[in-house]
Amino acid sequence: MSAERRPLSPHLQIYKPQLTSVLSISHRVTGVGLAAGTLLLTWWLLAAASGPEAFATAQGFLGSWFGYLILFGFSYALMYHLCNGVRHLFWDAGRGFELPTVYKSGWAVVIGSAALTVIAWAIALASA
Amino acid sequence: MADKTFRSMRTPLARVRGLGSAKEGVHHWWAQRLTALALVPLTLWFVVSVAGLAGMDHAAAVAWIGSPAVSVLLVLLVTATFWHAQLGVQVVIEDYVHSEAVKLVALIAVKFAAVLLAIASIFAVLRLAFGG
Repeated sequence: MSAERRPLSPHLQIYKPQLTSVLSISHRVTGVGLAAGTLLLTWWLLAAASGPEAFATAQGFLGSWFGYLILFGFSYALMYHLCNGVRHLFWDAGRGFELPTVYKSGWAVVIGSAALTVIAWAIALASA
Repeated sequence: MADKTFRSMRTPLARVRGLGSAKEGVHHWWAQRLTALALVPLTLWFVVSVAGLAGMDHAAAVAWIGSPAVSVLLVLLVTATFWHAQLGVQVVIEDYVHSEAVKLVALIAVKFAAVLLAIASIFAVLRLAFGG
């Protein structure tokens, strides 16, 4: 095998996925997804500023099953990126680097982001 | 190393200042952390607020977005969001796009898009805040 075509480390097809690595790449994936999702925020604000018709179109789309699907993904990605972002801020402060702590905070992110998403949707569905 | 230090008239710090990879990187790093910190409360406030107003009609949306405290918080949210987003996407592009030409075009496109969307969002909020 030529030097150029050798697998890089970590060799992703062979390397066993771990909580730490999965959460790490998920942070990037959700970050990029949320950046794209900001289009929705701008559209919604512009629609509100444009008038009742434009706003009704936006609300109609967001209230459709496809809109709900996007909003659910958006909200979960947002809560995930927020929780894992707080985990990163603790690391930036030099805390929580011990391996057992890294796994504990990792599971806290998984559970916390799911809980926050459920809470947000409970509020939304109770209000709608 | 010790030998060179001995011969130079300049202090070791003066000789290394401005060298190395960091240069302006710390500003990018710091801005990303500061916006992240600001976005924690702003995001939670926004999500809980719009969830509580789910299915609102135009009049309710205008009243909410245009009220003074909400419009200030929305402008802060939009500013911090787009600043944070373009810093993050920049790092992702720098990591995964290896063609210099594509990388440059992608970076410029992301920066321009972030400014365009941020200003459009802020304009919309202010228009409602000032009763346009």
